[in-house]
Amino acid sequence: MIPAAFEYQRPSSLDEAVRLLADSGDDAKLLAGGHSLLPLMKLRLAAPSMLIDIGRLRDLSYISDAGDTVTIGALTRHHEVETSALLKAQVPLLAHATSQVGDPQVRHRGTIGGSIAHGDPASDLPAVCLALRATFTVVGPNGSRQIPADDFFRGFLETALSADEILTEISVPKVPDAGWSFQKFNRRAQDWAIVGVAAVHNGSTGVGLVNMASVPVRAAAVEDAIAAGSSAAEAATHASDGLDPPADLNASQEYRRHLAEVLVRRALQEAGAP
Amino acid sequence: MSILGNRVQRREDPKFLTTGGVYGDDLKIEGALWATFVRSTMAHARLTSLDVTEARNRPGVVAIYTGEDVDLPPVPAGLPGVPDVMARPVLAKGVVRFVGEAVAVVLTEERYQGEDAAESVFVDYEPLPAVVDPVSALTGDVLLFPEHGSNVAVPMNEPQAEDFFDGCEVVVRHRLINQRVAPCPLEVRSGAAMWEGDRVIQYASNQAPHGAKAAIAGLYGLEADRVRVIAPDVGGGFGAKIGLYVEDLILPWLAKAAGRPVHWTETRSESMLALGHGRAQVQDVAIGGSRDGKVEAYRLEVVQDAGAYPSLGSFLPALTRLMTSGTYDIPKVEFSAASMVTNTTPTVAYRGAGRPEATAAIERAMDLFAAEIGMDPAEVRKRNVVANDKFPFTTPTGTVYDIGDYGGAIDLALQASDYQALRAEQATRRSSGDTTQIGIGVSSYVEITNGAGPPGEYAKVEILPGGKARVYTGTSPHGQGHETAWTMLASEQLGIPMEDIEFVANDTDLVPEGGGTMGSRSLQSGGLAVHEASIALVDKAAKLAAELLEANADDVVLDKVGGRFHVAGTPAVGRSWAELAEAAGDDGDALVVAHSSSPAGPTFPFGAHVAVVEVDTDTGRVKLTRLVAVDDAGTIVNPLLAEGQRHGGLAQGAAQALMEEVRYDDDGNPVTSNLADYAMISATELPSFELVAMATPTPINALGAKGIGESGTIGSTPAVQSAVVDALAHLGVRHIDMPATPERVWRAVAAAQSTAAE
Repeated sequence: MIPAAFEYQRPSSLDEAVRLLADSGDDAKLLAGGHSLLPLMKLRLAAPSMLIDIGRLRDLSYISDAGDTVTIGALTRHHEVETSALLKAQVPLLAHATSQVGDPQVRHRGTIGGSIAHGDPASDLPAVCLALRATFTVVGPNGSRQIPADDFFRGFLETALSADEILTEISVPKVPDAGWSFQKFNRRAQDWAIVGVAAVHNGSTGVGLVNMASVPVRAAAVEDAIAAGSSAAEAATHASDGLDPPADLNASQEYRRHLAEVLVRRALQEAGAP
Repeated sequence: MSILGNRVQRREDPKFLTTGGVYGDDLKIEGALWATFVRSTMAHARLTSLDVTEARNRPGVVAIYTGEDVDLPPVPAGLPGVPDVMARPVLAKGVVRFVGEAVAVVLTEERYQGEDAAESVFVDYEPLPAVVDPVSALTGDVLLFPEHGSNVAVPMNEPQAEDFFDGCEVVVRHRLINQRVAPCPLEVRSGAAMWEGDRVIQYASNQAPHGAKAAIAGLYGLEADRVRVIAPDVGGGFGAKIGLYVEDLILPWLAKAAGRPVHWTETRSESMLALGHGRAQVQDVAIGGSRDGKVEAYRLEVVQDAGAYPSLGSFLPALTRLMTSGTYDIPKVEFSAASMVTNTTPTVAYRGAGRPEATAAIERAMDLFAAEIGMDPAEVRKRNVVANDKFPFTTPTGTVYDIGDYGGAIDLALQASDYQALRAEQATRRSSGDTTQIGIGVSSYVEITNGAGPPGEYAKVEILPGGKARVYTGTSPHGQGHETAWTMLASEQLGIPMEDIEFVANDTDLVPEGGGTMGSRSLQSGGLAVHEASIALVDKAAKLAAELLEANADDVVLDKVGGRFHVAGTPAVGRSWAELAEAAGDDGDALVVAHSSSPAGPTFPFGAHVAVVEVDTDTGRVKLTRLVAVDDAGTIVNPLLAEGQRHGGLAQGAAQALMEEVRYDDDGNPVTSNLADYAMISATELPSFELVAMATPTPINALGAKGIGESGTIGSTPAVQSAVVDALAHLGVRHIDMPATPERVWRAVAAAQSTAAE
């Protein structure tokens, strides 16, 4: 329960953080809220040689109205997201789903950027960002670039972030009038979802799935079925099309596929799909 | 006015709820080294080599020891019938038998250095086939101790009558799994050892310091007075800290070898592997009776998983056997058992220890029988409980129940839960085909408390200069609230306010003897001893007061409001406790009474629980919505403490039914070794409990008190499990093993639906 030895740096600006990251090699890790990384380090499942603590970069903690979108600084804590009046009004799915992450301690330390950058398929927020068609801003030595959520999650705990890039901002389209639903199926309140579904229905439909593949995924077949005029129940039968869900302590593949269908159906119905 | 029976707040809580507690890890021990254990990563293997070269060179490493270095004898189970060959080496030698077994120990200056160094001890294993479940262990294909010739740690066979079920109109049989669970005390194990001359001082997170003292003295061949054991504040044990473990027992050896004190605290991950587990029985039940609901014969066959080295777990079937027939008056009862070694963590006592297993089996059997004859499960129970005029009642397995009103408890639970209304609601949901069905589970239970070991306990009560008092006890509180309850009992007799009564426990130098705290024994043995010692002390003081007042001792009374002795009828002239203490000091006849209680035997708390669940038939999700508990522990000294015990017990009992299970893969690798994977229940998964009071005082002791520490666990598990099955009974589901996980429930629904479709 004590991490292996590591070097520690605490940059005071984003530029300095980028520079440190570039200079530190592939074995460095960024530390934000620490609620994904530190448990892995304590179990010695992760042993980075260098931790770059960006937790004091206050500039990266904000929730701003940017016209058609709301932009959220990567270091904004879950608690601020779940209680944001702007998000509750404009992107209620994100505010609500964030209120279901972990427990109050996790939500007061953990950050939205940390959760996205960790890329855990069992985490709630990547699936929500997929459903909402969010866009991520990342900054590296060569400046910044925008990555759509769809292109961000590449493999198990692997993202489109280069080793020298830092996720700085999450931009989500405003959907004040959209129907939405977040179905989180777990055994205990603080657990990761066995299966989770984030859905938004607003003329077009977005459905993100939690823990149904080795990466956070969109239920593309479900979205297509709804677009083609299927009912929620019909569309939900495609919930795990093309997916290879994990089997673990809590669920076999077969059960996950079943849960995905039930939860997608419920999510679509709650979001107002026919 | 008596203080007893009042909701007196726990006086230990300000300390525990702030930063005042001193647990093993908090001890500041000058010059201490930290011990870190290297643990087996294989379930069953030959140890071919241990390379400590690299580890020795890591920063802070003072010494590393392996099984070859330590010259302590193996630690026997200390239980009747367990073969000597199954004794556990302090560090593994030659063979490892479960993942988590200690194979080496590293001593470092700082604790963190130990984790780094332990990681660089390289162990070569030659894998052996593992046997992971106790039923497979019966075949003997894989033997943990080949020299013993079988995996049977404790046989317990009774002849099976061929004609056992003759005459029964209905016989139902089922295999039930009472799964392995992890006790998960908030405080993991921790301790320290140091030598003062030829005397060893040992700190241990433990429930029975005097037993620990005897174990150390025995292992090291020391006279008892050369061992002092102190249990500092202990953050829960649930039975798993009754005995010392090899990690505790090696500490004095390490302290001697290093010439310095040695301090040790395990991690949570280690605790999940190496602190004993509980339950772990495979049960075959067979129940027979008539179609009008009378049970005539019941047979329970148990295969107990003892884990790799038999410990208290191998003894659990003996306790299960005592309670085989539960609250029921069944003419014919048979029990048989075998305790098996397997390549898993050794099992120990866990909240209820053998009795929850007995209750779970008979209660499931009653439900299966009720379903078979189409009778309401509450009604079947009421038709079979022991009648009130039959106490003391001797069961077919020879247990003598003190007193009970088992039917009354069921009636109370049914009334409190509004059982008929629940059934009506259930019928409505069933007919509407709602995907949220409700299930109602009823359990009736009786258990044995203070049933293992000598029933008595030590206490000493003394008056201090100035008129305050001090209470010493041989019980070993680790969360129960003995400090509050014992000082209430003393205050009641002495007329000295609780706040003026000091409390001493958990140190074998300060308390000369003790049995410790386990098996729900403390109040009826240790509390009783305080009660009786206090009465004797008042008698002694009254004699002294009589001398000083030049009166007849029989005429002297204690005014408990003022704590003053005077001649009856003339309160103006008297002697206070302070005055008597001073006088006694002059006399040399100190105001102190040491006393061991000797209650007539164990007691048998009983009750009935009703659980209500909602089951989502689409997903298998179970939500526990109500838990109504009637728990009769006789006379209650402090309802606040008793209710706290019930709350915790209900939570842990519901957790076994719904959530918790220690699991291994086929090779014996644990897959639930942290609290993310092991689904320890939390408040959000539980309803607000509905506690119903019932008090039938026992004639066994002067307090009328029975144990309450384990009742909640014993009654709730079968009630909750039964509720889940009941929610799906209309689909044809008769049984779902624990824990009733969503997938398991969903599969039961799917299987019932496919059967119905055929």
